[in-house]
Amino acid sequence: MQLTQEQQAILDGSKGETMAKVMKTMVMYGDAFEAEKLVPITSNYNHLVTSFGLKVMSPVYDLMQQLLDAGVMSGQKFSVDPRPLDKNVPANFLQNFVFNKFMYTKQDFYEGQLKELGLMDKDAFTCTCYMDEVGNKPKKGDILSWAESSAVVYANSVLGARCNRNSGIIDIMGSIVGFVPYFGLLTDEGRKATWVVKIETTKKPEAQLLGSAIGMKVMEDVPYIVGLDKWLGTELNDAACTYLKDFGAATASNGAVGLYHIENLTPEAVESGKELIKEGAKEYIIDDAELERVKNNYPVVWKNPDATPKLCFMGCPHMSLEQLKSWTDKVESALKEHGNKKVVIPTVFTAAPKVLEQFNKTEYADRLKATGVITSYICPLMYMNNPLCKKMPVITSSNKLRTYTSARYYTDDEILLAITKGGK
Amino acid sequence: MREFKGRVVTPGTVTAPAVVTRQGFNTLASMQMALQFGDKKVKCGDQSNPDLYEKPMFGKALCLPQTIGSTTGGLVLYCACAMGRQPACMLFANHIDSLAAAGAVLADVWVDSVTMPVIDCLGDEFLEYVKDDMTVTVLEDGTVRVE
Repeated sequence: MQLTQEQQAILDGSKGETMAKVMKTMVMYGDAFEAEKLVPITSNYNHLVTSFGLKVMSPVYDLMQQLLDAGVMSGQKFSVDPRPLDKNVPANFLQNFVFNKFMYTKQDFYEGQLKELGLMDKDAFTCTCYMDEVGNKPKKGDILSWAESSAVVYANSVLGARCNRNSGIIDIMGSIVGFVPYFGLLTDEGRKATWVVKIETTKKPEAQLLGSAIGMKVMEDVPYIVGLDKWLGTELNDAACTYLKDFGAATASNGAVGLYHIENLTPEAVESGKELIKEGAKEYIIDDAELERVKNNYPVVWKNPDATPKLCFMGCPHMSLEQLKSWTDKVESALKEHGNKKVVIPTVFTAAPKVLEQFNKTEYADRLKATGVITSYICPLMYMNNPLCKKMPVITSSNKLRTYTSARYYTDDEILLAITKGGK
Repeated sequence: MREFKGRVVTPGTVTAPAVVTRQGFNTLASMQMALQFGDKKVKCGDQSNPDLYEKPMFGKALCLPQTIGSTTGGLVLYCACAMGRQPACMLFANHIDSLAAAGAVLADVWVDSVTMPVIDCLGDEFLEYVKDDMTVTVLEDGTVRVE
């Protein structure tokens, strides 16, 4: 790798031994991908994936402490993924005991470290940091050092920023040293599509199901998607951005997609169109039958597949303000239709603290509360990431949550029916 | 006995019994529970991976195509190394992915007491040939001997 004089000096120890190790980490990381150089990070803020004070991650907190003790700090402030715990979310005595006394015993300590390292705001805990209400929204062309997979794919695809699918810790090390290796999705060539996906469904495809199908097919490749503008339009409005948030998270978790292009909609596809497609790109056609096939192939890992759901999580990734409002309308009218006043399954809608703050200022907040739905800033994935939840029948319309936990996936319409009418 | 030549991501030499997955290795799903609950053998916890589920990984030559899953994967691998609970080596048939590369590099730079050689680009044939419990030797130049 060709380093600038400044970079070489840091590697040689001009800013101390710890900073030299941070630089060495980024150089070795780049070398693994034959990166020819390091390029400066240009975004205003960073975003970290590690938000949880999990006892097992003690080596991470020790490493963070080494950075703090050496005064090796980032010039960028940052947001971070959601907190793992919220007392508003239903949990039994045993779960609370395991969460607080065994698993997340480092939470307060780690949050203290995050503040020292440059957390942008005490409430900057969300996986959807790019929401206007949160304020960590990169510009087109910005170079990032992010790691949260759903945020990376959104930033690359919808905002036109440039970021690789980095791992946790690499995110903060890039930000500290101010440079990231130039490879993959940072390059023009790496942003070209090696798949053309044709949408031929008879109705608007479910965002999280479509994302899952594409993710599992293309894995880490870049898809160019044709025919989705028929359902989403050609303007990146709130509804389209919300759809793409959920769609992208599913491509990233069910596969390893870091960037997609939607013809006539996402910025690079609007600018360059089919020029983004590499010669010899493979083709994948998605119709109603293909989506049904994908959905029917999801394994059911509940101990009792016929169990009555005990909890419903919506909002992985965190819901947008637009989603919270539209779901309030949907839940209200479905309850009325089925003759119920409150949801029949304990239901949690999760969103960024700043989004919830705005939502709570609207008349929708009291209406949603009246339906019995709980709102929370929690990370549903972290909540479920323990052996106790394996036995718990949880339903969700998040394909990311389905992938990493024992939660069972249902479409939005199926979820709405389940929480307002009941049944298995 | 067969030899395969790969690319050295992090150097080292080791001999260990193989444990093989032919599907992507989900680092978080495979390792987190074992590390969290003090399983010294680090048995794989990923129910979606029938090749590895419940097999011990500590001290084994982990043979895999690539890692998949959460972007916490790299730091989970780093934690395993820092806790002394890592595989003896990681041998990738494909080009290493960004998450595994991060874990390998972090362990190499920040953990003094641990050596975990990581070799990639060993090719599909490597993964077709190697089976559980075969003896795998990794040499400094990226040569992997399987017998």
